[in-house]
Amino acid sequence: MSPLTPPVSSHDHIHGDASAAVTLVEYGDYECPYCGKAHPLVKALQRHFGKRMRFVFRNFPLTQVHQHAEHAAEAAEAAEAAGQFWPMHDVIFEHQAALDDSDLVRYAEGLGLPGAVIVDALAGQKHASRIRQDFLSGVRSGVNGTPSFFINGQKYEGEYDLASMTEAIEAEMTIGHR
Amino acid sequence: MTARKPPAATRPSRKPALAKIGRPESAPGSTSDLAPSTPLSAGTQAPDFKLPSTPDQSVALSDFRGQPVILAFYPADWSPVCGDQLALYNEVLSEFQRHGAELVGISVDGPWSHVAFAEHRHLHFPLLADFEPKGAVARRYGVYSGGHGHSGRALFVIDGKGMIHWSHLSPIGVNPGADGILAALESLSSAASDLEHRPGTTAIDADSARPATVATPRAPRSSRPATTPRERLS
Repeated sequence: MSPLTPPVSSHDHIHGDASAAVTLVEYGDYECPYCGKAHPLVKALQRHFGKRMRFVFRNFPLTQVHQHAEHAAEAAEAAEAAGQFWPMHDVIFEHQAALDDSDLVRYAEGLGLPGAVIVDALAGQKHASRIRQDFLSGVRSGVNGTPSFFINGQKYEGEYDLASMTEAIEAEMTIGHR
Repeated sequence: MTARKPPAATRPSRKPALAKIGRPESAPGSTSDLAPSTPLSAGTQAPDFKLPSTPDQSVALSDFRGQPVILAFYPADWSPVCGDQLALYNEVLSEFQRHGAELVGISVDGPWSHVAFAEHRHLHFPLLADFEPKGAVARRYGVYSGGHGHSGRALFVIDGKGMIHWSHLSPIGVNPGADGILAALESLSSAASDLEHRPGTTAIDADSARPATVATPRAPRSSRPATTPRERLS
């Protein structure tokens, strides 16, 4: 099984503590309905594990299937410059049914960002190369659909529910402490 | 788009589900094989074929001579898989092309189905109809699943001389991803560039000079649990 390639680095969007015992990485598509369903699941895992787990999101937009996925990813990346990646990430996943460019601008403005930041990013595809890098790293790592998760670099192949994922993460923590 | 568990019999498992019926499995390529079990392996000359890509156009394997080609045999158009294998390859196409490789999908669906399916999913590579006689090409490659009445999920990377460089058969419900294909294309490219740097050899000889054993066979991903969400998504 392919391990996560490249490993998590400062180049990534990381939510949580560097000292966390477990790193959970998601490859996701902002318009994929199953990523939408996984979003509250990730939140629940974050609440449950607190500082013991950090979360990383990498883009895996299926642009030919989900017409808004690429722009949504651009918008989240654009918000990063203002330190608002995670709030933008959340608001996009919470509004998957409305991801037109005007919606993305509105969400950014709701977070206090100038709408122009989003408009410029979308028009210039400013973050296209980073998004593609994320995507290709996923392909390399054996991602075959979204969402895909990696726990400490190993692809998670279990069920996508709170109990199963909690158990897998707990197991990884136990290994870490041996 | 309902997320529900497929019945146990359709879940991928280490053994082809239909083999459990207990009927003897015949040689791959015959008409009665229940499940694909032996895809043609690396080092074998890829059988040539000509199949319709649209109602009035055909594609032959020999059309690709001189460049690598990826054959992706898949069970059926319109199968309800959200993290769809072909949708993934569609996004990775430019990487395949970076290695000079072309991708074709092959299933037993007819050309009209392929046209509609490709249009619906915005696929940018040809889908070939292994439709009449049904599954004939899949049988020749050892990947026809007689029990299902369609091709198994199998990948072949064929070099510019028509030699199979890498092959992989996936359990029918498991999307094999694209990492194996990319690794195979890279090993092809590096074999070619090794030879480019040797005096007296040209890159064009790379494929025949390097036996197909350079391909790194990948373990089938049959060890994954029966259902992961993406497999039951639509």
